[in-house]
Amino acid sequence: MAGEGEKKPVLEMVQADGADEGCVTFVLHDEDHTLGNSLRYMVMKNADVEFCGYSITHPSESKINFRIQTRGGIPATEPLRKGLNDLSDVCQHVLNTFQVRFCFRFNSN
Amino acid sequence: LRRRGRRGSKMAANMSNVEDIRSRVLLGEFGVKNVHTTDFPGNYPGYDDTWDMQRFQKNFTMDIVDLDENCMEFDMVGIDAAIANAFRRILLAEVPTMAVEKVFIYNNTSIIQDEVLAHRLGLIPIKADPRLFEYRNSGEDAGSEIDTIQLQLKVKCSRNPRASKDSSDPQELYLNHMVYSGDMKWMPIGNQADVFADANIGPVHDDILIAQLRPGQELDIIMHCVKGIGKDHAKFSPVATASYRLLPEITLLEPIEGEKAERLKRCFSRGVIHLEELNGKKVAMVVNSRLDTCSREVLRHDDLKNLVKLGRVRDHFIFTVESTGVLPPEVLVTEAIKVLMTKCQRFLNELDNTDME
Repeated sequence: MAGEGEKKPVLEMVQADGADEGCVTFVLHDEDHTLGNSLRYMVMKNADVEFCGYSITHPSESKINFRIQTRGGIPATEPLRKGLNDLSDVCQHVLNTFQVRFCFRFNSN
Repeated sequence: LRRRGRRGSKMAANMSNVEDIRSRVLLGEFGVKNVHTTDFPGNYPGYDDTWDMQRFQKNFTMDIVDLDENCMEFDMVGIDAAIANAFRRILLAEVPTMAVEKVFIYNNTSIIQDEVLAHRLGLIPIKADPRLFEYRNSGEDAGSEIDTIQLQLKVKCSRNPRASKDSSDPQELYLNHMVYSGDMKWMPIGNQADVFADANIGPVHDDILIAQLRPGQELDIIMHCVKGIGKDHAKFSPVATASYRLLPEITLLEPIEGEKAERLKRCFSRGVIHLEELNGKKVAMVVNSRLDTCSREVLRHDDLKNLVKLGRVRDHFIFTVESTGVLPPEVLVTEAIKVLMTKCQRFLNELDNTDME
């Protein structure tokens, strides 16, 4: 699954010359709507984010362009990091709730 | 209502219907409104929509409605469509399983072509816990015991000497003329015989018909199964299907009684509307909107369509997961959630690595 020999990029950052750290387009490789849409939702829930969107450049290539623009001069990697952490915490909570519910049902049968 | 052509008209948000816009999808006569999630910070004055983990944990519940060996129906309430859809997509395409990948055909004298036979063998679900195996590295041709399962299919069809002279039933005339998936035998490699001593590795179902033979034809095939994901090829998908729907909501705007109530009951699926006897008249009441299939039939009747409000609750998902038998459905759901966590972790590590450089 992982490339051996030459290193394949996983995450790239593209920034226009002259733009501040708050407007960055991240290129996430080997990803599609599964992570793109859910991460976009978590980042949009952040009050510091002025714009967040993602697009799939071409359906034959499995990579997404994920753009974040922040207000107040905050570097764009911060909302991205917070969004990833929040999404991971949501998954953990969903997992715990599901396992509790399943054990509850299993024991009551 | 401002009309914006086919892009959909937006409802004016005032005090009375803000809650409706935020939490319900409206099913209208000609279209569906308020589909998208709009509760992002800044959209609604007076609401704090910033992500709050405590509030999410307080509002989030799950409920397992139906569970049997292969199929599970459960509810997820209080989560957004983006994340619920991510779970659905992962269940279909990114939870790994084992399936036949390489087919070594030593002898195939049947009328099924080699490639058609190999394609059919690949689609047979293999009962082996994929968590105990590793992915095969792309460079290797020969498999090792940690990433490959070897199966053998060796069937020869012959004439039945004990058949009566004038029978025409193939069941009686021939021996081994139907090749079923139960004929696939596991050949353990390396230490698999010890590690998987009690797990009988083989196809999930024994009665899948692979090919039909006639006397003199035979199949002599060795198969290698590897671990893969549905994104690569649909044979690796662990679910027959995984889908979700939103909980329907039916509101009666005014009391409906008598003959109209009878017609209203017929517009919905069975069990949704119940007719109560009140003061000698039959009054319609919504008993169980979950059973409704949202056909919007009631909107086709001019005298009933303004008495009912149809909608769906935007954050209540009714999931149905049907497994092919490789893993039980509850294990599939937990694996799907772990896959999403792994994806997030991968990018978090990457961010940390680039920060340190």
